[in-house]
Amino acid sequence: MPPFARSGDFWSGLVLAALGTYIVVSARGWEYMGEDGPGPGFFPLWYGGAMIVLSLALVAGAVLGRRAAGPPLPMANLGRALLCWAAFVACIALMHLAGFIVAFALLTWFVIAVMARRPQRVALPIAIGAALGFHALFTWALEVSLPRGILF
Amino acid sequence: MEVFSGLLQGFQVALTASNLTLCVVGVVLGTVIGVMPGLGPSATIAMLLPLTFKLEPTGAMIMLAGIYYGAKYGGSTTSILLNVPGESSSVVTCIDGYQMARKGRAGAALGMAAIASFIAGTFGVVALMLVAPPLAQMSLAFSAPEYFALMVLGLTMVVLLAGESLTKAVLAMLVGLWIAGMGTDLFTATSRFTFGRLELLGGIDFIIVAIGVFAIGEVIGNMELEKPAQMIPVPKGLRNLLPTWDDMKRCRFAFLNGSVVGFLIGVLPGAGATIASFLSYGIEKGVSRHPEEFGHGAIEGVAAPEGANNAETGGALVPLLTLGIPGSGTTAILLAALVLWGFKPGPLFIQDSPQLFWGLVASMYIGNVLLLVLNLPLVAVFAQLLKVPSYAMYPLILGISIVGVYSVSSSMFHLGLLAGFGLLGYAMRKLDYPTAPLVLGLVLGDPMEKALRQSLMMSQGDLSILLRPIPSVLLGIAALLLVVPIFKKFNAVRVQVIDREA
Repeated sequence: MPPFARSGDFWSGLVLAALGTYIVVSARGWEYMGEDGPGPGFFPLWYGGAMIVLSLALVAGAVLGRRAAGPPLPMANLGRALLCWAAFVACIALMHLAGFIVAFALLTWFVIAVMARRPQRVALPIAIGAALGFHALFTWALEVSLPRGILF
Repeated sequence: MEVFSGLLQGFQVALTASNLTLCVVGVVLGTVIGVMPGLGPSATIAMLLPLTFKLEPTGAMIMLAGIYYGAKYGGSTTSILLNVPGESSSVVTCIDGYQMARKGRAGAALGMAAIASFIAGTFGVVALMLVAPPLAQMSLAFSAPEYFALMVLGLTMVVLLAGESLTKAVLAMLVGLWIAGMGTDLFTATSRFTFGRLELLGGIDFIIVAIGVFAIGEVIGNMELEKPAQMIPVPKGLRNLLPTWDDMKRCRFAFLNGSVVGFLIGVLPGAGATIASFLSYGIEKGVSRHPEEFGHGAIEGVAAPEGANNAETGGALVPLLTLGIPGSGTTAILLAALVLWGFKPGPLFIQDSPQLFWGLVASMYIGNVLLLVLNLPLVAVFAQLLKVPSYAMYPLILGISIVGVYSVSSSMFHLGLLAGFGLLGYAMRKLDYPTAPLVLGLVLGDPMEKALRQSLMMSQGDLSILLRPIPSVLLGIAALLLVVPIFKKFNAVRVQVIDREA
């Protein structure tokens, strides 16, 4: 694997170049300049074009191995962070079915028991207490509606 | 005279029971999040913003502003006791504050931080009160081309000082512009970048992006590692927290330096409290008769930066309230809050919403007094917060974020977007992309496009309208600022400033 393939700038530059291309292609489908002045395609065409140029400069910097090639892809500790994010996504998905209280209690339990490796006697009371506390604070005290699922 | 009648009106607003309570809530919350490393005022204000929609806007703004400047008071506590900055603007306080604490002078350092914050914070509010009305009057002459140029200059300055790589900062800003452009174009009713989703026709709510990038991104990043640290205990008794008379005499210039530098840097978009604190520290060391003591527990090394980062608040509110141009991520969120409540920050803001402007100014005087009181005798109580385990805090932040977004839209789709923007915020941190330009691009994207299109409509597509005196000067400065880093010597200075901030 060439060294630039491990560079965060290389991959993020490619992603942004693709996004810039998408913006420019979309903008070309809209009016650029009409009788009343600039159309909806005017502004996106310019910033999309700038995005392509700059992101390709970033990619070129990484490939040519300049000092500005940026940090290597941050693989260390990535697992824990992504696990936390995945738990958050799962919590949101579960809310469709089980509602906020159950999903949030499970998320809290997961963070404390699994990620922070605390014993169940710590994780369970905090998880249940936090979920009920949120319900009491938001639903009763502040009258803010919490996400409801099919079951709860 | 107008200023005094305005201030009088402001105190009438700020001293009502509900606004006073919200001011107390704001400054206490600000101090709490300032003390706790890992959670900043941007994330907190973004999370709480949706919950303020049920409040009266003046009270809500008083509370959010209290969080903003309260966090700067709290940040010094962690810097002094843990050698870990509670806020990025308190980084420089670690240098001498922690050394003082190690030498048994933690009390004097904490006390001096609170006193300097109070003096400079109050100076910042006085300057805001005196500078904002005439500046607003001056900017009444601005129309669409001037506004467009001003927004370009604001974004350029933020981009210039946002990250070591100018390219990445500009790219982050462009992504912000793209997100801002999603939804229905108000000029032609064309739907842009909606991916065929009805939910995106109205655009993406600023709150979702701000909470995702700041709060969720921060929590995910902090979950990577647990970093235990050793805390130096807070001395007991108020007497042990008060600096000596000799300390106060030594810090006379530091108070002035921090106040003036902090305010002036605050007015400039992009520079921010961290740079203000470093600059005032550098000046203090430069003019000191004992520069060799800096880095080894010089009390002026605590007073000057702590003063500067608090005076910066008043400065930052000047362009925000009089021109509608935010200079940082946090002020961008405050701008979005004002817009969401139906206000229009700009030249007519003080004239149209005197209750809010003067109420806010008066509340900041009150807030600074409250913070002095809170941070002297109660500093030991706040320091106990550092013992709260982070694993208990993170689920709460995630929960408040979910409730905040859901309370705005009642949409599960938007919760999905929240998760997506959380991942984006985390990725940006890991890949060294600054987040402030993205948020500013998002906030300014829509008005900037509108101003540009209105300008070109006025001139029937002729770009020379941007060559009128004020826009041409502003755009010229912006272009110069973007070109300057090409010259290695200037770029080295820019990178040095950013490195200090990092």
